Amino acid sequence: MENINNTILEIRDLCVAYTADKLSVSHVSTDIPRNQITAIMGPSGCGKSTLLRAINRMHELYRGIQVSGELLIDGQDLLKINAMRVRREVGMVFQRPNPFPTMSIADNVLAGYSLNGIRLEKSMRQSIVEQSLKSVGLWNEVKDSLTKRGTFLSGGQQQRLCIARALALKPKLILMDEPTSALDPIATTTIENLLVELKNEVSIIIVTHNMGQAKRISQKSLFMYLGELVEGGSTEQMFSDPADRRTKSYLSGNIG
Amino acid sequence: MDKLKFRIFKSHLLHYSVVVLAALMAVPLVAILGKVAVEGFRNLTLEFLFQPAPTTYEAVMASAAGHAIPGGISNGLVGTLLMLLMSSAISIPVGILSGVFLAEHRSTVFAKVSSYMTDILQGTPSIILGVIVYAWIVIPMKGYSAIAGSIALCIMMLPLIVRSTEEAVKMLSSSYKEAALALGGSYFRTVWKVLLPSAFGQIFTGVLLAVSRIVGETAPLMFTALGCAIVQWDVTQPMSSVPLLIWQFFNNPTLQPLLWSASLVLLVFVLLLNVSSKIVTNKWKI
Ligand SMILES: Nc1ncnc2c1ncn2[C@@H]1O[C@H](COP(=O)(O)OP(=O)(O)O)[C@@H](O)[C@H]1O
Ligand SMILES: [Mg+2]
Repeated sequence: MENINNTILEIRDLCVAYTADKLSVSHVSTDIPRNQITAIMGPSGCGKSTLLRAINRMHELYRGIQVSGELLIDGQDLLKINAMRVRREVGMVFQRPNPFPTMSIADNVLAGYSLNGIRLEKSMRQSIVEQSLKSVGLWNEVKDSLTKRGTFLSGGQQQRLCIARALALKPKLILMDEPTSALDPIATTTIENLLVELKNEVSIIIVTHNMGQAKRISQKSLFMYLGELVEGGSTEQMFSDPADRRTKSYLSGNIG
Repeated sequence: MDKLKFRIFKSHLLHYSVVVLAALMAVPLVAILGKVAVEGFRNLTLEFLFQPAPTTYEAVMASAAGHAIPGGISNGLVGTLLMLLMSSAISIPVGILSGVFLAEHRSTVFAKVSSYMTDILQGTPSIILGVIVYAWIVIPMKGYSAIAGSIALCIMMLPLIVRSTEEAVKMLSSSYKEAALALGGSYFRTVWKVLLPSAFGQIFTGVLLAVSRIVGETAPLMFTALGCAIVQWDVTQPMSSVPLLIWQFFNNPTLQPLLWSASLVLLVFVLLLNVSSKIVTNKWKI
């Protein structure tokens, strides 16, 4: 029995269906540990993104997607509270860096506040911008160009700006869907190091195609296959001695 | 080797044909601009922009005395600007909102039907819109008016703005919208602070092109605004416009010398709108 205080999110019997005849996420139950990095692995199309997007209720933006089960964040079912509140507490970083193209770097960091209609004092705004950019290691690089558009940054810098944008709202949990798959190796390493530091502030779930990445940065790993959670446990355990033969053959490069 | 030479020759042939055809395409445009500019400059003075159109009597007296024909097109300019303002005030906000709606609900039956209707409206001959507005507005209001003219122009602008907004919003990557909503943003603020600003350049271009399309419309105004010999600011009264004046000058042998200058003013206005839309498109690239 795991101590509830060390768990940020309990996923209970989660199912997601795009069409009535097929579950893209099928009866998944697991715990997401607090202040750790949890990696979700599995071959393409196994339902990683679908699972992740259920956690901040993105499926509600489209018609006809069925979500059932329970997602208890600090003990409260997030499927039963206001979706906008959930999304403020559960941040998301996407596969392709997507800073808002018409906003300056500073406005991108503050976008969560302006999109929620929250007005801030100037000093407050400055401190949030500085703090958020510092925590993604971008402050020194952009502090003289805060009023320039975010889209002029390099891909890796843009992705760190997107992480800062999510962090600015002080979420409990951040969801990342293959955040480095569009980046070069150096930018990828920068972001991996950053995530390892960030986990002291926020719990992180990261979907990754890259087994090496999961091994390097995550403490817990989940392996999915055809919509099911095949195996979940400590990353060390899973990489050294996977319990399921499907996990074993994925990790040895035979599927996916 | 010969085969290679032949292919190089073919490639050159194609290249030069394209250049020649492109040059030929420009001929009519240059010819039109040249004719209007040369003829139009003759009577174009500053006074031409600030004086109302002369009456036949004034024109006959002036030419009998050997003077240039007095007067200008200020009544038409004021009318054109007022009616553009009124029709834009309605068609721009309504058109943009409808365009966003159609782009956002593109898969619903309602949106598909509305979208199809927009196409039909866009293809409706403007003279028919003039007749309709005559029946629906002019007759009940018991008179021609700038309001009726603006309504006719508004109906013509709407589908153009709806369509360009719809295309602009559809082209935006859905990832911006998802990113905004994933930050807890409300749908309204997501549209207002992310979607519309990101599509602004293209929407604005669409508006400018819509204005340039209707500024030269004559037929619908003949049934609605009718025309007016003096500078008219009262929008409940008949009003003139530049294209209406061009039609009147053409039909009146004594006023024909003014025809070209009025055409030149209208043409320059439309060209300016087109050039601005190009500039906006390039400046607001995201
Ligand atoms: N919008 C959608 N509509 C219908 N089916 C979808 C949609 N998105 C994903 N799927 C299906 O759901 C399954 C899981 O997809 P996804 O979660 O994107 O996989 P992963 O992220 O692991 O590559 C796949 O079989 C995919 O075809
Ligand atoms: Mg995916």
